[in-house]
Amino acid sequence: MKSTAHAFEHNVHVALHDERLQRALGRVSGGFIDKRRQAVRALPEFEALRRTARDIKDHTLAHLGDYLERFEARVIASGGQVHWASSAGEARRIVIELCRAADARRVTKGKTMVGEEIAINEALAAAGFEPVETDLGEYIIQLAEEPPSHIIAPAIHKTRADIAELFRRHHHHEQELASARAIVDEARRVMRQRFLSADVGITGANFLIADTGSVVLVTNEGNGDLTATVPRTHIVLAGIEKVVPTLEDASVLLRLLARSATGQAFTSYTTLFTGPRQPQDRDGPSAFHVVLVDNGRSAMLGSEYRDMLRCIRCGACLNHCPIYGAVGGHAYGWVYPGPMGSVLSPLILGLKEAGDLPNASTLCGRCETVCPVSIPLPGLLRKLRARQHAEGLAPRRSRWALALWAFAARRPRLYGPLMGLGVRLLARLAGHRGRLRRLPSAGAWTDSRDLPAPAGETFQAAWRRERGHE
Amino acid sequence: MRVALFVTCLVDLYRPRVGFAAVRLLEQAGCQVEVPVQTCCGQPAYNNGDLDNARAIARQVIEAFADYPYVVAPSGSCAGMLKCHYPSLFADDSEWRARADDLAARSHELVSFLHDTLDVCDFGTAYPATATYHDSCSSLRELGVQAQPRRLLAQVAGLQIEELADTQVCCGFGGTFCVKYPELSARMVDDKARAVIATGAHLLLAGDLGCLLNIAGRLGRLESPVRVYHIAEVLAGMADGPGLGGGGEP
Repeated sequence: MKSTAHAFEHNVHVALHDERLQRALGRVSGGFIDKRRQAVRALPEFEALRRTARDIKDHTLAHLGDYLERFEARVIASGGQVHWASSAGEARRIVIELCRAADARRVTKGKTMVGEEIAINEALAAAGFEPVETDLGEYIIQLAEEPPSHIIAPAIHKTRADIAELFRRHHHHEQELASARAIVDEARRVMRQRFLSADVGITGANFLIADTGSVVLVTNEGNGDLTATVPRTHIVLAGIEKVVPTLEDASVLLRLLARSATGQAFTSYTTLFTGPRQPQDRDGPSAFHVVLVDNGRSAMLGSEYRDMLRCIRCGACLNHCPIYGAVGGHAYGWVYPGPMGSVLSPLILGLKEAGDLPNASTLCGRCETVCPVSIPLPGLLRKLRARQHAEGLAPRRSRWALALWAFAARRPRLYGPLMGLGVRLLARLAGHRGRLRRLPSAGAWTDSRDLPAPAGETFQAAWRRERGHE
Repeated sequence: MRVALFVTCLVDLYRPRVGFAAVRLLEQAGCQVEVPVQTCCGQPAYNNGDLDNARAIARQVIEAFADYPYVVAPSGSCAGMLKCHYPSLFADDSEWRARADDLAARSHELVSFLHDTLDVCDFGTAYPATATYHDSCSSLRELGVQAQPRRLLAQVAGLQIEELADTQVCCGFGGTFCVKYPELSARMVDDKARAVIATGAHLLLAGDLGCLLNIAGRLGRLESPVRVYHIAEVLAGMADGPGLGGGGEP
C-alpha cells in the first residue's frame, strides 16, 4: 500500500473527528487489555516465559543465516521449495511467477502482514489474478478497499453496521444482517465457494521451524488451513525473522502469542505445514513454496534496531498504546501501526517519509511492559529521534527552540536570572486567577487547556533568599 | 544524612512550594538538605534526539551532585532520567559512564526515598478530603513506584483515596510531545481529566509536576473545582493555599 505516514498529523486530525471510528475504537481496545490481563494472571510463569522468549529470539537472530539455511534444507528435503526475496518487489515477482507457473486464476489468501508489507494483493490483481482474502477481517477491509488498521484485527475500526452495509452492497442482496452471527454466516457461505475454487493459496507464517522445515500458522477462523490445503499450490510468505530453531522454541512463543494478542491461552487453530502432500496424506497441495522476505530486515539485524526483529506481531503494544487507542491504525499511514509500526515504518520506508511516527509518542512505556519478547520500544523510538536529529530531519522550528533552551540550560548563571524574569512576567500576566487561558505563540498548549501560572519566583531564588546561602 | 535536592526545572519555575514541601519532609525525616545550583535534567534534549546537548547537561548535573550521598527529586520523570537514562547516554565513554552509574545509584524519587530508604510513612499531617492519585508513567514503569505514595497518603488523617479508572494510562503530557502533537495530547488529557472528575474526588495528586500541569490545565478549562497538588504538598501539610492553576481559590 502507498504510505501516507508523511501526513500523520492530518491523519490524526481526521481520525479524531471520525465519530464512527471513535465509537469502534472505544468499544474494542479495552476488551483486549482486560482479556490479556486475565490470561497473564492465570499463568504464573508468564514473566519467566517472556525472558525465555527473548533469549530464544536473540539466539536465533545471532545465528540467523545458519538457521535460515537449515530451514531451507529441511523444506527441500520434505519436497518443498524456498525462494529468497531481498526486496518487496522481488517478493512480488516471485509470487506472481509461482501463480503463473501454477496456471492460476483465483488466489485465496490467509492473513499475512508481510503480504500487506509487499502489497501482494495489488500486484496479483495487476497481473490478472483474483486475490480473495479469507480471514474475515481482511475480507471486510478488502471489500471496503482499505488497509488493515490492526495487525491481528484488521477491521477493528469497523462497526457491525458498517460491515452489514458492505456485505449488502458486495453480495448484492437486501437482507438485514442484524447480528454478528448473521454476518459471520453470510461470510462463511460466500467464502466456502471461493475456498473450493482457488488454484493457489497464500498464507503468512507465525514461525518457521529450522529443525523440521515446518511452517507454523495460527488462526481463529480455520481459514488458514483451508487456504493452505485446498488449492494445488501453497505459497507461504514470511519475513526472515520468523525462523526459530526447534518446535520446542516455537511452543514457548506460542504460549505467549495468543495470550498477548487476544488473551486466549491458545488460538483456535495452530497448524504445522511441512512440505507438499505426501503419498500417505489424504489432502494437501501438490506444490509447497516458502518465500523468505528480507525487505530491510538484514539491515536492521546489523544495526542498533536489531531488537525489533524479535517482534512476533501479537499487537499487544497497539492495544496498550494511548496514541493507537485515540486514532486507530490508519492514521499511522502504512501497514504497521502502533508502537511497533512507529519503529518499523521509518526503518522500512525511511525517516523522511515516516519521521512523525517515532515522535508521536509520550514514551509512556506501557508497550514495553506488555511486549511478550521485551522489545525496548520507547528506547528504539528515542534512537530514531536521535538519528533524525543527527541527520537534520527534525522540523526547523523545534530544532531552534530546543537549541535556544539548551544554550540556557547549559549555563546555570544565565539560566537562573533569565528564567526568573520569565516566571515573573507570566505570573503578572495571569494576575490573581492563577492560570492563563490564552498566551501568544503557546496555542499548542492553550487551545485545549489553561496554562497554570507560575508562582512568580523560582525555587532556587526563594531558597537562597530564605536560607541566605549559595 | 546529607541530601541534595534535585528540584527539577518545572518545580523550580512553576511551583517552588513543592520544593519547600520536599525540603520539609526530608528535614522532618532527619535529613540535612542542600540545593546545588542547577537547571534541568536534560530530558527535552534527550527525548528530542539531541544527544550532544543531553550529554552536556548530564555532565553538568553529575558534576553539581557529585559530593552528596543522596540525590532526591520530587519527580519520577527526572529521577528516572538520572537513574535509568544517564548511564545509557555514556555507553561509549567509560569515565563518564562510571560517574553516571555512580549518580544513578545515589539518585531517588522523593516519595519512594521517604518510604523505602528512610522508612518514614507518617508525617503527622491531617487533610480531611477525598483525593485521587495519578501515577506518572516514569514513576510507575521506570521506577516501580506505585504502592509507596498510597501508603504515605494512607497516613494522612482524614484523607480518603478514590482510585482513577485507568491508572496505567498516560495523561498525554510527554514533555515536548504535548506541544508537538497538541491534538493527540488534548485528547489524552481530556480522557484523563474526565476520569479524575468521575472519581468525585476534591483533590488530584501526583508525584510529577509535568502531569499535574497538564491535567490541571485541562481541569481548569473544563471549569472543574478539583484542586491539584503535588503529593509532597499534602504530605508536608502545605496544601492549604490555591492548587496548581489557581484551582480551589474562592
